[in-house]
Amino acid sequence: MSVLKKTLQITTSPHMSNKASVDKIMLQVALALLPTLLFAVYVFGLVALVTIVAGSVTCLLTEHLLCRVNGKTSSINDGSVLITGLIYSLTLPPGLPLWMVCLGAVIAVALGKLMFGGLGCNLFNPALVGRAFLQAAFPSAMTTWYPAMSVDRFTHLPSSSLAFPFTTPSYDVVSGATPLAAMKFEHLLTDSGSLFLGLSSGSIGETSSLLILAGGLYLIARRRMRWQIPAGIFGAVILLSAITHNIAPEVYPPPTFMLFSGGLMLGAMFMATDPVASPITPRGGFVYGVLIGAMVVVIRLWGGMPEGVMYAILFANAASPYIDRWLQPQPYGHGKT
Amino acid sequence: MIRQLFRFKGGIHPPQHKDRSTRSPIQAAWLPKQLILPLHQHIGESGEPIVAVGDHVLKGQKIARASGYVSASVHASSSGTITAIEELPIPHPSGLSASCIVIDTDGEDRWIEHGPEDIPYTEMDVSHLRNLIRTSGIVGLGGAGFPSSIKLNPAGSKIDTLILNGVECEPYITCDDMLMRERPENIIAGAKIMRHALNARQCLIAIEDNKPEAYTAMIEACKDEDIEVVQVPTLYPQGSEKQLIKVLTGKECPSNGLPFQIGIVVHNVGTAAAVHNAINLGEPLISRIVTVTGDGVAEPCNLEVLLGTPMQALLDQCGGLNSDVDRIIMGGPMMGFAMHSTEIPVIKTTNCILAATESNVTAPSDVMPCIRCGACADVCPVDLLPQQLQWYARSKEFERAQEHNLFDCIECGCCAYVCPSNIPLVHYYRYAKTEIWAQEREKEKADIARQRHEFRQSRIEREKAEKAARLAKKKAAVKKPADGEKDDKQAAIQAALDRAKAKKEAQGVEPKNIENMTPAQQKQIDDANARRQQTDTSEQES
Repeated sequence: MSVLKKTLQITTSPHMSNKASVDKIMLQVALALLPTLLFAVYVFGLVALVTIVAGSVTCLLTEHLLCRVNGKTSSINDGSVLITGLIYSLTLPPGLPLWMVCLGAVIAVALGKLMFGGLGCNLFNPALVGRAFLQAAFPSAMTTWYPAMSVDRFTHLPSSSLAFPFTTPSYDVVSGATPLAAMKFEHLLTDSGSLFLGLSSGSIGETSSLLILAGGLYLIARRRMRWQIPAGIFGAVILLSAITHNIAPEVYPPPTFMLFSGGLMLGAMFMATDPVASPITPRGGFVYGVLIGAMVVVIRLWGGMPEGVMYAILFANAASPYIDRWLQPQPYGHGKT
Repeated sequence: MIRQLFRFKGGIHPPQHKDRSTRSPIQAAWLPKQLILPLHQHIGESGEPIVAVGDHVLKGQKIARASGYVSASVHASSSGTITAIEELPIPHPSGLSASCIVIDTDGEDRWIEHGPEDIPYTEMDVSHLRNLIRTSGIVGLGGAGFPSSIKLNPAGSKIDTLILNGVECEPYITCDDMLMRERPENIIAGAKIMRHALNARQCLIAIEDNKPEAYTAMIEACKDEDIEVVQVPTLYPQGSEKQLIKVLTGKECPSNGLPFQIGIVVHNVGTAAAVHNAINLGEPLISRIVTVTGDGVAEPCNLEVLLGTPMQALLDQCGGLNSDVDRIIMGGPMMGFAMHSTEIPVIKTTNCILAATESNVTAPSDVMPCIRCGACADVCPVDLLPQQLQWYARSKEFERAQEHNLFDCIECGCCAYVCPSNIPLVHYYRYAKTEIWAQEREKEKADIARQRHEFRQSRIEREKAEKAARLAKKKAAVKKPADGEKDDKQAAIQAALDRAKAKKEAQGVEPKNIENMTPAQQKQIDDANARRQQTDTSEQES
């Protein structure tokens, strides 16, 4: 007869789990972002790499230091702040002075995330909070675009990147307008095919719709993302822009252009789907997506700025707790029998 | 005909680990030296002991009777002597003790005289049939332990479908699987009795498709019966009554309601076999099949165990505990509870003893903040919002938790199973439920106290009023004749007093020549006064 020497564990059920973890999820998201990151470095060269590293490292440091200051254990190991840093960097124009990159990163993590209580508590997508600050504070730097595919991109860092804080950055090369700006201000339509493949100028990460889509599909396959959110966004954008385009084709661009230009793809796949700031249920996710899509179309077509994805997502973030409350699923046994 | 099946929302596919305990047939467990039979092995009121310490009892003899409608009797599972009726540890999530009857077995395992009734059950009065099941101590053997006779009493509802639950969706557990493989005819015999009691139109037996042997055995045994064996795709928690009803019929049992209300009754297959034993053989519920499994035991298997057998005896029979055992769980890994000791007896609801090593279970790890990923909501078989419930439980917003249908939660554990943040979600729900129950009890108590207080106040008021009324009445009765006389007397006394006073004042007795007295004179006066005073007092005293 065996005598039990060991103290038995007393825990409550369930005693099994599928061993999912937050850091694994974050790793998968990072993996999904990898093609886009690599392609950005390919298209914009050194400047993209430096911006991504600066943005991400600043995010990590901010979270680490603020946790320490507040007497908490540092939460950078869960990987979420790295994702914030990567996504934040991808939304920035290449050639943005690095001190702005760092300042925005501090705002993103400090005001966008930690002030609400850290992981899981933020109402808004932190990356977009940081970007919204930069957009408001430095509108001209945020809309000056370094050209894609420049010849010396792997050896040369634009002088604007290294501009001294609060001085006017000098730009050695500036590209023409982004496809959206060209559309908005000059009514020039960029070919949707090249937009889809992503060789036009724009923010670091919003170039190749194809690779962003691939990363998003990977996350959907891994059940790490609610497909209803991008579906709602794309659905609303396609529907509304098809209507406006049919009414006035010379003023309003066609749905394919709306879909593949600017930050829509990156926003729909990686920012709107931030689980913390989006609704919980699939139905709620769809409604939230439609809300974003509709706002994107309205801001792009009638707003003062060429792009509207960031504000659309931030507004929808604010609405998501209400969407959750409004669209509660009907539990088993509560309907008619 | 292939039956149309439905789906309940959510559910998970945990690894099954069922094969390790199905390699050998069901074996009889050894007769232990001592049986510990808790009076409470079911949902409802505890049984009441009807034996005393020192009594000799026979196998199958009733030793405790049901003490209410929702209660169950307990029978001696072997012959021997009652050596104690005392508080002993019972299988309970909190490791509580409760009243148990202890029998020191005599090794003879001698049955009390028993046998089926003289008339077949088909000719019995249905209430008599139910009563036989009730006095046999039969409760749901699937794990909940609800007295079966109650679930065989539709109380006026028309029962369309009797479902026999052979789903056994929890990982590791195989006792129903083995029962279906080895004794399908007992299950069917019991099912027929139940169907008769319920007068059900149809009878279904549901088996998950991870148990092909059991399915084949049941199909074979049902060849000539009007019973349909339905294979359902494996999905946890399909064995939950309400979820199974949805899968088989597409109907949903109303929240807070019972399956009766939609014409459905669900019984476990093991319960059906127990009903067969009770009615066709006259044997009360004294044993059950228990799966002993997990990497913590050398030889996992299924044992036919006398109720009251200490779990350690079963673990010993299965080759003893390995040194790397981490926890001992009664029930499955999803809904079972960890026990603090192995000296706890097997009871009617013990379907499995899982001696789990660290590799069998998930070690408690750091809890991360909820990232609202929604995985919990996706797998919830009741379509709740588990992460919202968790927030409300944590912040003690119990009303909000109830608004979000906390009490519809069946505690299946799917949400916690998938949670990437390792949040012990089910624990939060249990906490919130317990707090709400406690609040309700408090409120009830307060209500009763308030009612008592209000009653007391009104009684005092009433008594006061009555007293006043009585007094007033009495006064009125006494006053009327005596009124004039009393007043005259009083007036006469007052007048006499006044006259005396006036006379005194008129005489004006004032001491004279008291100025310039010698000390001797003064002393004389004082003495005289003192004497006068003294005589006055003495006169008063006499």
